[in-house]
Amino acid sequence: MQTSFTPEQLEDPHVAESEKILRRCVHCGFCTATCPTYVTLGNELDSPRGRIYLIKDMLENGRDADEEVVTHIDRCLSCLSCVTTCPSGVDYMHLVDHARIHIENTYKRPLADRLLRSLLAAVLPYPARFRAALTLAKFGRPFAPLIKRVKALQPLGAMLELAPKTLGNASPAMRGAQPVKGIRRGRVAILAGCAQSVLDPGINEATIRLLARFGIEVVVPEGEGCCGALVHHMGRENEALDFARRNVDVWTRQIEKGGLDAIIITASGCGTTIKDYGHMLRLDPAYAEKAARISALAKDITEYLATLDLLPQEPKRLTVAYHSACSMQHGQKITMAPKLLLKAAGFAVRDPAEGHLCCGSAGTYNILQPEISAQLKVRKVKNIEATKPDIIATGNIGCMTQIGSGTAIPIVHTIELLDWAYGGPKPGKLKG
Amino acid sequence: MPEAIQFLPPRSEVLSRRAAIIADLAGILPADCVIHEGRELVPFETDAFISYRRLPLAVVLPRTTSQVAAVMKYCHENGIPVVPRGAGTSLSGGAIPQEDAVVLGLSRMARILELDYANRTATVQAGVTNLNISDTVAVDGFFYAPDPSSQLACTIGGNIGMNSGGAHCLKYGVTTNNLLGVKLVLVDGQVIELGGKHLDAAGYDLLGLVCGSEGQLGIVTEATVRLIARPEGARPVLFGFATSEQAGACVAGIIASGIIPVAIEFMDKPAIEICEAFAKAGYPLDVGALLIVEVEGSEAEMDAVLENIVEIARRHEVMTVRECQSATEAALIWKGRKSAFGATGRIADYICMDGTVPLGKLSYVLKKTSEITDSFGLRVANVFHAGDGNMHPLILFNANDPEEAMKAEEAGNEILKLCVDAGGCLTGEHGVGIEKRDLMRHQYTQAELNQQMAVRAAFDEDWILNPSKVFPLEGRG
Repeated sequence: MQTSFTPEQLEDPHVAESEKILRRCVHCGFCTATCPTYVTLGNELDSPRGRIYLIKDMLENGRDADEEVVTHIDRCLSCLSCVTTCPSGVDYMHLVDHARIHIENTYKRPLADRLLRSLLAAVLPYPARFRAALTLAKFGRPFAPLIKRVKALQPLGAMLELAPKTLGNASPAMRGAQPVKGIRRGRVAILAGCAQSVLDPGINEATIRLLARFGIEVVVPEGEGCCGALVHHMGRENEALDFARRNVDVWTRQIEKGGLDAIIITASGCGTTIKDYGHMLRLDPAYAEKAARISALAKDITEYLATLDLLPQEPKRLTVAYHSACSMQHGQKITMAPKLLLKAAGFAVRDPAEGHLCCGSAGTYNILQPEISAQLKVRKVKNIEATKPDIIATGNIGCMTQIGSGTAIPIVHTIELLDWAYGGPKPGKLKG
Repeated sequence: MPEAIQFLPPRSEVLSRRAAIIADLAGILPADCVIHEGRELVPFETDAFISYRRLPLAVVLPRTTSQVAAVMKYCHENGIPVVPRGAGTSLSGGAIPQEDAVVLGLSRMARILELDYANRTATVQAGVTNLNISDTVAVDGFFYAPDPSSQLACTIGGNIGMNSGGAHCLKYGVTTNNLLGVKLVLVDGQVIELGGKHLDAAGYDLLGLVCGSEGQLGIVTEATVRLIARPEGARPVLFGFATSEQAGACVAGIIASGIIPVAIEFMDKPAIEICEAFAKAGYPLDVGALLIVEVEGSEAEMDAVLENIVEIARRHEVMTVRECQSATEAALIWKGRKSAFGATGRIADYICMDGTVPLGKLSYVLKKTSEITDSFGLRVANVFHAGDGNMHPLILFNANDPEEAMKAEEAGNEILKLCVDAGGCLTGEHGVGIEKRDLMRHQYTQAELNQQMAVRAAFDEDWILNPSKVFPLEGRG
């Protein structure tokens, strides 16, 4: 569509990029139909097309962000369902990233919101702090319903409710290279990451066991940490880029040391971001090239396993509803590999209806937008339960926490089922 | 921005009372149903005919028919124009507002109310998307036949307003042939029901009148539509030709033979390239024009019909015939076709024409269309419902170049006049909107327009409903 930016505005590379993205949009409106918030709220302002228009208007007029624009951008889950739908190839992801940075730089949020966001940014990306916070949350949990009655405190209530009732032991310090069984067929690094290592260390343990069985050496390098997605989606770009640079450095050292066939990621939310490092750091001459190399090596675990030719297993008489995380299907366009792997491993796989719609987890969305998130959760759980599964499988810790808090059906990571099917232990959640 | 098409001048007495009107609307509707803050109005200033834009006075998003009725009663009493909006996917500017108008959005009335398989009908709220109806009844083996390319997003209310068509209308007819009843809010807020679950109603066919009236006779809030049983099987087949003329002649040949496939869709070379790049459907890239012909029924039935079609295609020197091998492949073939307009956005801005011509003139009009766009120095891609003669030349241009944008509009007007002169009409399914409004004189005499306007006036004497659309601004009497 038509845009109107001055040459001076276009000197800013972020504005120049957004202008190119906007030019692609033909305002056809297809994106509204598959947007979870439009489907829920029925207001074009809470649809991709509405947000694109709000962002366009704000950027063209060189305006600071204001409450109206922020309200509707904040409601965006960044699920990227619109990107899958868009026939014109509008890169909504990078447009909304830019808008979020602009908001962070030009808009002063109300105090409660600022405190909450700072708290999330200071705790979630750091496993030790997150662990301590979850221990504290156990005591706060009984008060959640009470707290949620006060509108300003709803996010706090949502946070308390999401905190797991029990927390496993701290993951044994699995750092360095993990030995392989038999002939070494490859060498990969795995992202230990942040929240997942606290909430469910079993996911990466299953991954490392499974890969070792197939002769893949897995390195858990010292010094890596949060991928930066969490703060990135809050528009805190400098913090996000610092996280990205740190991980790029760590993995680059590993490439130089012994070579890496891939960087394995077991949380698709992180995968989408790491695959975008090349873009995020494109304007940093010291990192642009290195970051692009890291992005090219980043692989979701199912994407990597699909290259290993796993042998088909006996049918198991277990029905698995596969929930494709938005970051998996929309962010990384990985749609078939997880299901084919599960089928080959002997599970009967079901696709729930409305699979393109987000479960409402979306990073910190279930804390920051508890009302919309709760509606999406109910809808998602209803669609999943309609397939009458024995187990729910997915590839993202956020979805596991979100959906798990709304159903009695056990929910596991895809890799835990695969590990089990190929000789590993039965996932703890399926016992008893 | 060049603006060849004018809107009605805003009513100053409405503009001057803006604050009071907004306060009144906020009293009629729940607070979250009224949008009036400046920034938040901007995204409602246009639809998919994006070269024209007007900020509305306010936007209302009611949840019930009685709320719609209350808004209509108030606006009618106060002389405030109302522009109805479904999903805002109109290609003719049907949902573009104006400065003194309240946009009445039906997006929150999106529930399916009743599925009645005994009568093969579905009753739905107007904001339900077209595809949602088919998706909902698919498990029971049914579908809703009209399938505009925007069916994923467009609403049934909008489809009724424009009497929308689609690829599969060749066999099943357009919206009016599949609509059995509506709940209609009149301009003064009265609620009436037209039709029902039967094929004909006593008295005048007001339902037929409302379908295609572009939001000028009332606001449809509920609709009862026909459901059709899914055929045993369906198979799209690709026919590649060296030239557009050959493909066009083949279409005329198929229809003349008496065969009615479910769909005959046409793509010329630029359209094939655009769609293939997006959908990777396996369209042949070495042909000058492509027909997607879909047949349906039992295997034997499809084989027999196809044999006849292939025979006709051979007479028109078909280069390649490719039957699709799987359901996935068939889905991709349709995905590519239905995304054609949006996918064109990858290479350029465009405006999409909607003229319909007699099938015997298809080849001639295609040739002339290229000559017209060539004479303006513009590119054109053709992708359309050939079996109906419903053409969609996409005129490509650069929206950031005002001169080129103006040329694109002029070329479009020439092409539409060509369609009328060839014995066809201005619009097959997108409606007149503002886009083709001033060309209505090329199609109709003043007496013919007067008669249509007299009917309109019986519903809305004061030009409250979508007033800048359909009829040329001069000569309205």
